[in-house]
Amino acid sequence: MLNKVVTRLVDVEKGRLVKIASFEGGHRMKTKLNRFGIYPGDLARVVRHAPFHGPVLLEVRGMEIALGRGIASLIMVEEAACDLP
Amino acid sequence: MRFALIGQPNCGKSTLFNQVAGYKAETGNFSGTTVTFTESKVRLNGKVIDLVDLPGTFTLHGTNPAEAVVNKYINSHEVDAIINVLDATHLSQGLELSLELLSVERPLVVAMNMMDEATRLGMNIDGPALMSRLGVPVMPLVASRGHGIKALFLKTLQSAQATVQPPDLTLVAQDALQRHQLAGQLTESIVSQGPHRVSWRDRLDDILLHPVWGFLALVVILFIFFQIVYGFGKLIEAPVLVLFNAISSQFSSFFGTRSLLGELTVGLIQGVAGGIAIVLPYLIPFLFGLSILEDIGYLPRIAFLMDGLMHRLGLHGKAIVPFILGYGCNVPAVMSTRILEERKDRIIASTLAVLVPCAARLSVVFGLVAFYLGPSWALAVYLFNIFVIALTGRVLTKLLPEDTPGLILEMPPYRIPTFKNVVNKTWFRVREFIVEAWPLLIIGSLLLAVLLYYQLSSYIDALVRPFTWLLGLPAETGVPLIFGIFRKELSLIMLRQALGVTDFSQALTYLQMLVFTVFVVFYIPCLATLSALRRELGWRSMLAVSALTVVVALSAGLLVRGLGFLVLR
Repeated sequence: MLNKVVTRLVDVEKGRLVKIASFEGGHRMKTKLNRFGIYPGDLARVVRHAPFHGPVLLEVRGMEIALGRGIASLIMVEEAACDLP
Repeated sequence: MRFALIGQPNCGKSTLFNQVAGYKAETGNFSGTTVTFTESKVRLNGKVIDLVDLPGTFTLHGTNPAEAVVNKYINSHEVDAIINVLDATHLSQGLELSLELLSVERPLVVAMNMMDEATRLGMNIDGPALMSRLGVPVMPLVASRGHGIKALFLKTLQSAQATVQPPDLTLVAQDALQRHQLAGQLTESIVSQGPHRVSWRDRLDDILLHPVWGFLALVVILFIFFQIVYGFGKLIEAPVLVLFNAISSQFSSFFGTRSLLGELTVGLIQGVAGGIAIVLPYLIPFLFGLSILEDIGYLPRIAFLMDGLMHRLGLHGKAIVPFILGYGCNVPAVMSTRILEERKDRIIASTLAVLVPCAARLSVVFGLVAFYLGPSWALAVYLFNIFVIALTGRVLTKLLPEDTPGLILEMPPYRIPTFKNVVNKTWFRVREFIVEAWPLLIIGSLLLAVLLYYQLSSYIDALVRPFTWLLGLPAETGVPLIFGIFRKELSLIMLRQALGVTDFSQALTYLQMLVFTVFVVFYIPCLATLSALRRELGWRSMLAVSALTVVVALSAGLLVRGLGFLVLR
């Protein structure tokens, strides 16, 4: 069993695989994310972080999307706390 | 008969459109390049078809103005068939829109674009399976190379003449989430993943998006870019100017010094020379280079890198588009602010965009500062410009407080630009100068000749004198500054005439050249930009922005006068 930990996307390290858990922002932010094909339940990979507190680059279904820090801090994701059994 | 092209941003609609319609739509490897729709007539099997390129949209129920255009268009116009362009490499996202389009119940054809890219990524797409599942034709396409276009249009024509079957009920989604899941399932059932090659894209991104190397690369790329533009421009400018000056002195000695006809002829030659010698040598390489950067996909990378810094201006990284376009021309820059969802963002972005020195002002910076003081001074003017924009941005954010939701931007794969696309895009933008600006430039030159002949220019100079006096400029610079509102490059061309010299260093000190250039860079946008501002933001904002630019220009000019006095005495 993997131990699941819910964190903010903005805090996830580069290269980690996560599962989108929920959006904390309002309805507008939710629809905006949906338009780019990001929904709770999707698997995603944090490709990289931009410098100067810049955006997070997220790979979802083969597409790379840059998310500003404000938005990334409102996206809750599940991360495997530890890869050991 | 009318066909509409609908697809998500950056799926290659405009590329397809341009392949069939000649160069009309702006394409770029960047979301949201098309902000209004473009129409063209296409001949197909002896029939004339109106083809409409609609702006990229993720959904038919979008919130930003560019998306609203799409919904309004298909509801208000007679559309005989819809061509839904999909990016095969982003099939799942693209199908969400296709599912939405199925329920519009118009003849629909799905064009699966970028098939070459998908093959390269090792994706095997089962087109026939998708076709039978959706119940509409699915056609493979490589728009950038022109493959599959003819077949696509013939199929569309066929569909337009057939009756529409109502969509399979299992494909009608209740809401966006359900559509998302449906699209995901559909994609899974038709795509099988072959061996995934090691992506050189990731390796390149590792460098270009790196906190240190990324910025270094950005500086190097822009530096090389400006060096090439400057080198090329100067190579052409100097000899052509010599030629035109020889011609114009021939004419003025032929007509005698004080005749109206003589002045008019010289004015005409100056106007023509201004375009050929001063503007085009810089404009063409600039736009060519910008088109290459755009089509490679470098612009969104800049947005990604700059987002953190842009936030300090109260904007997010996406607003970098108007800025970069602004270096070419402020008109498309102001228009491109439509890709921003918030009105506040649009106001700030367009205000800052008009402060960006466009290609016309580039000719002033290069023709005056780089030519006499050297290219590093021109670079200094550009850096100073960025500093002033940053400051203005901060002040505006304080004045218009409201939180900005932030950046969501697709990072497209790198694409190799096709020569045809780059040339066409450059020509498309250069043509704007030739047909719209150049005639104004020539008329302006003739008008100035008349002013000079009847010695009316002193009245205009007197009107502008408070500004020129404050900035420590000769009174004669008043006329060029007023004419600069017609077209920015006029302020340089007119300056030559107003001062009555061919070599500016005979009439202006280096400091005066610098102050004049800085003022020209910032003050009132040109007529074409003003009209774009009015369209996008309304009269009141247009006037407010103009007033603001005068304040900014005056403060910046005074600052340079003060600072430059210490350095350039």
